[in-house]
Amino acid sequence: MAQLTFREAIARGIAQEMRRDESVVMLGEDVGAAGGVFKGTVGLLEEFGDVRVRDTPISEQAILGAAMGAAMTGLRPIAEIMFSDFFAVCWDIVANEIAKSRYMTNGQVTFPLVIRSGNGGGLRFGAQHSQSVENWAMMIPGLKVVVPSNAIDVIGLMAAAVRDPDPVIFLEAKALYASKMDVPDGEIVDTLGSAKVLRQGSNATVIALGSMVPKALQAADELASDGIECTVIDVRSLVPLDTATILREVSATGRVFTVEENPRLCGWGAELASIIADEVFYDLDGPIVRITTPHIPLPAADALEDLAIPSVERIVSTIHKSMNS
Amino acid sequence: MTSTHAAPELSYLDHKLAMYRCQVALRQFEQRAYDLFLENYVKGTSHLSIGQEAIAAGVAAAMRPTDWTFATYRGHAHTLARGVPMTPIFAELMGRTNGLMAGKGGSMHLTSVEHGMMGSYAIIGAHLPIACGAAWSAQYRGTDQVAVAFFGDGSVNIGAFHEALNFAAIWKLPVIFFCENNLWMEYTRTSDVTAVANPAADRAAAYGLESIIVDGNDADAVYEVTSVAIARARAGEGPSMIEAKTYRHGGHSRADPGKYRPDEELAEWLLKDPIPLYRSRLLGMGVSEDDLLVLEAGVDAEVETATNEAKAGDVPGEELLMKDVWADGGASWRN
Repeated sequence: MAQLTFREAIARGIAQEMRRDESVVMLGEDVGAAGGVFKGTVGLLEEFGDVRVRDTPISEQAILGAAMGAAMTGLRPIAEIMFSDFFAVCWDIVANEIAKSRYMTNGQVTFPLVIRSGNGGGLRFGAQHSQSVENWAMMIPGLKVVVPSNAIDVIGLMAAAVRDPDPVIFLEAKALYASKMDVPDGEIVDTLGSAKVLRQGSNATVIALGSMVPKALQAADELASDGIECTVIDVRSLVPLDTATILREVSATGRVFTVEENPRLCGWGAELASIIADEVFYDLDGPIVRITTPHIPLPAADALEDLAIPSVERIVSTIHKSMNS
Repeated sequence: MTSTHAAPELSYLDHKLAMYRCQVALRQFEQRAYDLFLENYVKGTSHLSIGQEAIAAGVAAAMRPTDWTFATYRGHAHTLARGVPMTPIFAELMGRTNGLMAGKGGSMHLTSVEHGMMGSYAIIGAHLPIACGAAWSAQYRGTDQVAVAFFGDGSVNIGAFHEALNFAAIWKLPVIFFCENNLWMEYTRTSDVTAVANPAADRAAAYGLESIIVDGNDADAVYEVTSVAIARARAGEGPSMIEAKTYRHGGHSRADPGKYRPDEELAEWLLKDPIPLYRSRLLGMGVSEDDLLVLEAGVDAEVETATNEAKAGDVPGEELLMKDVWADGGASWRN
């Protein structure tokens, strides 16, 4: 057992897989000598050498194109896009090429690759370095989308993503990089497409993702002291989506709140709301409520960013209001 | 001819006849594809290589079966040149289950991994970095495979082109960037929107590469220059970029009659049609007219048979619709 930060868990998860499988290689901007701008890849260059851990120019299309070409010819690349906002400059490779080529070729090619990226706000970086882009990826058929919320899940889901034969977008909440937890020694391997019930309560089901998970848990603690007992689900994987766990927990409480860092429109919570309304509507005791960032670009000022991204206080007050109305 | 390593089992003359047959087959295939479009058998769009056959034939002849081709949406010719039979390509254009990808890709995405045809890519420039990735894989795994990425003159002003060139150069990747410069982007003359006269070759120096220009209507010249570049790549000497001057006889796509081009320009290039030129060369070398007629009749028969086989294919149904999004063969996104 060792206490690891979220960022240290990334390097541990990657190292675990690189030791196991020589076809696993890594590339990205500043991932080698610098150990990553968020220090998520510290020590990998030293352990695996510069043939397997490769620094690249600032060329996101080349990084992801190279990952794709390597994946379709026998390697299992882990590519880093430093900030998920930068997906906007290489989205062709992700959305048009990686996601679609297996289908278009009637299954002739597979893309066992992982694209890691720092995602979301909380660091006061402003509108172009703070976005939560999981929904960009979720809406493209052919991409798996994973968003861990703690160090153990980082390692286990990274292992699952690397071993998966399909392309996985692995989004690391920047707000969680410094968070710590005790992590067991030895190999950790998780499963894609499995949500986790982190807390069980009878009054409402709170569904959260990534950086919103610790906030949802804290909100549930506060609500419990007011007599509202919440189930908290960490979605962990948007594609594949563990609807079985989610629908089961929703039916058990009859009330649903999603907590989403993304701007309002077309957030993953909207898709969940649709599935819930379709399939367990008669188990609901009230409206499905989405707690999201407003539909605005994220501002830089700390005071404004804190107002925009769902806070523990906003989660608590929203659930309170809705449960008591 | 000094370099025939790609086809060592062929005699000098057989090698030339094979390149001629390839060019004739590409021409006949494309003409039939156009006819099938007019007959409404071929739906959607398609981009023909009529006039540009010497490039596909010459480059493919310089490649080994284990090498990789990355083509553009104008990819019928490159797919055929790598040895893919005509029937599944016609059937793919017609959207039939006996198509190369069972109708799921269409004209712009022809792929046959077993032939080293790693895909036809319909977003300009995208496949140049992807070819780099395949080349990186060969380098990492210690094989001597080479990736060849074809692109049009219109690709040289998009970011992916420049990212790929720099990337290949710094990692010394075994990749050949092959520009088919047919002078016209889509409806716009490339020189009107490009800062340099030779859109690819003049950019080579920016990436530390030699500027290489070749007559794209001469299959022998294409073969020669490509053989040198491939040998360099196999020897670990890094990428090359080749710019071949050529011309498409028709419009950009099936919807385009190409009327924006001056008549005299088209007439001048029709005189440089690669196929009659190559035919004359063979006759000059002593090949008999009768032998060439037999060869050409063989291609006609192949096109006819393939057309009929493709037409006989089934129309795909729902069983294909939800297949192969994922490696497990399915399309499920939830439990």
